[in-house]
Amino acid sequence: MSTPSPLHSVHEALGASFTDFAGWSMPLRYGSELAEHKAVRTASGLFDLSHMGEIELTGPEAAQALDFALVGKLSAVKPGKARYTMICDAEGGVLDDLVVYRLAADKYMVVANASNAATVAAALRERAEGFAVEVNDRSAELALIAVQGPTSTAIIGSVTDADLDALAYYASVPSAIGGIDVLLARTGYTGEDGFEVYVDGAQAPRIWELLTEAGQEHGLLPAGLACRDTLRLEAGMPLYGNELSASFTPFDAGLGRVVKFEKPGGFVGKEALERRRDADVETKVLVGLVGSGKRAPRHGYAVVDAEGTQVGTVTSGALSPTLGHPIAMAYVPVAVSEPGTALSVDIRGTSAPVEVVKLPFYQRQA
Amino acid sequence: MSNPENLGYTTDHEWVDLADPAAATVGVTKYAADALGDVVYVQLPEVGATLTTGEACGEIESTKSVSDLFAPADGVVVEINEAVVDTPELVNTDPFGDGWLFRVRVDGEPELLDAAAYAEHTKED
Repeated sequence: MSTPSPLHSVHEALGASFTDFAGWSMPLRYGSELAEHKAVRTASGLFDLSHMGEIELTGPEAAQALDFALVGKLSAVKPGKARYTMICDAEGGVLDDLVVYRLAADKYMVVANASNAATVAAALRERAEGFAVEVNDRSAELALIAVQGPTSTAIIGSVTDADLDALAYYASVPSAIGGIDVLLARTGYTGEDGFEVYVDGAQAPRIWELLTEAGQEHGLLPAGLACRDTLRLEAGMPLYGNELSASFTPFDAGLGRVVKFEKPGGFVGKEALERRRDADVETKVLVGLVGSGKRAPRHGYAVVDAEGTQVGTVTSGALSPTLGHPIAMAYVPVAVSEPGTALSVDIRGTSAPVEVVKLPFYQRQA
Repeated sequence: MSNPENLGYTTDHEWVDLADPAAATVGVTKYAADALGDVVYVQLPEVGATLTTGEACGEIESTKSVSDLFAPADGVVVEINEAVVDTPELVNTDPFGDGWLFRVRVDGEPELLDAAAYAEHTKED
């Protein structure tokens, strides 16, 4: 049996279709996923992301423990700020990509993908040994509700006293909504401005209700995981299990910038990642592909060069709801990774021409 | 959900209107349309194509997935719904009406489920 979200009955009342995702039963869509996608690009979407894992590290050596456990330099993150980072194994393979919030000098919250939450919690516990820090997996008790889209500031602004002008992208602040304590963060996975609200699961239905009311005049629609996937794909954001896995390093995924070698002490995966950084070997890199027509390259389809040889594999693909043409991400050799390179994708036996492009496919107007 | 009583159904979630066997209309059920999500592309057989029951004869693609269309009967395609090619969301908005896919001149007697049997089939799914 999959675990229901604390908002399950709310979703049922809204007529959601559910999907099993990493052991959780989560809303896939409420009505049309294209309408939900569009709402996020033009107004706002309301997401239940309670399946995400939240692991807190508290103690005088919390910063040092995370510097050792993760590839980023979390000791350099100021309280109130957040950082996108990764946790790797000793071979440099990505165990998960993470958002880490520094809540106080001695307190962090690590947000992990649902599918990896248990792995990440176990790895953090193991790696924190010997440091003065306590690791507390709060995934089961915390709910996460996101408001994403251009009208999200107006919506959140109407339900909190938090100074949103002062709340930068990748920052968080303890706040309250309807008298309920929440952690309000300006983060997301859609390519739009937006907020994420961490709250005790028991209080989540009330927060959802207040946000729904506040969103009525701002075009807010409840939005499911189906559109979350097409939104993140347009924004060129990797999805663990598709673009990221333990068989790739952050460098392979074009995200070598998250690895900070210049930090005191070692960290798990350091030696392997140094070798990968310095290696002069032919490796595959993650690129964007765009096509024409309506047929989308999908996960697992072969990417083929001009000679008809398979050079890579599509990791994610869809007919872009915003752009109207097919988009995909794929790992291909460096030699054919330059933007403008003509390749093709085998779409169920038919060769469809695609062009390599720079990621992201979609970027919001600043 | 209500599946029209006058139609025949397949276990692949297609419906057939056999009122005119020389031009039997084929579509996908509301159950299928709901499961697919927003349909963004349909590839239909060509007019004149010969169909064999159970064989793939086209594709129906949503944002999240792609499924084969299977011939619900033996016969020859006599007409395709150009409107649904241009506006694939008709499959979602009116699966039993304007979202029909193609028409077939049916050979013989296709084996189809009635509405009650199809409702039973989707319950088990």
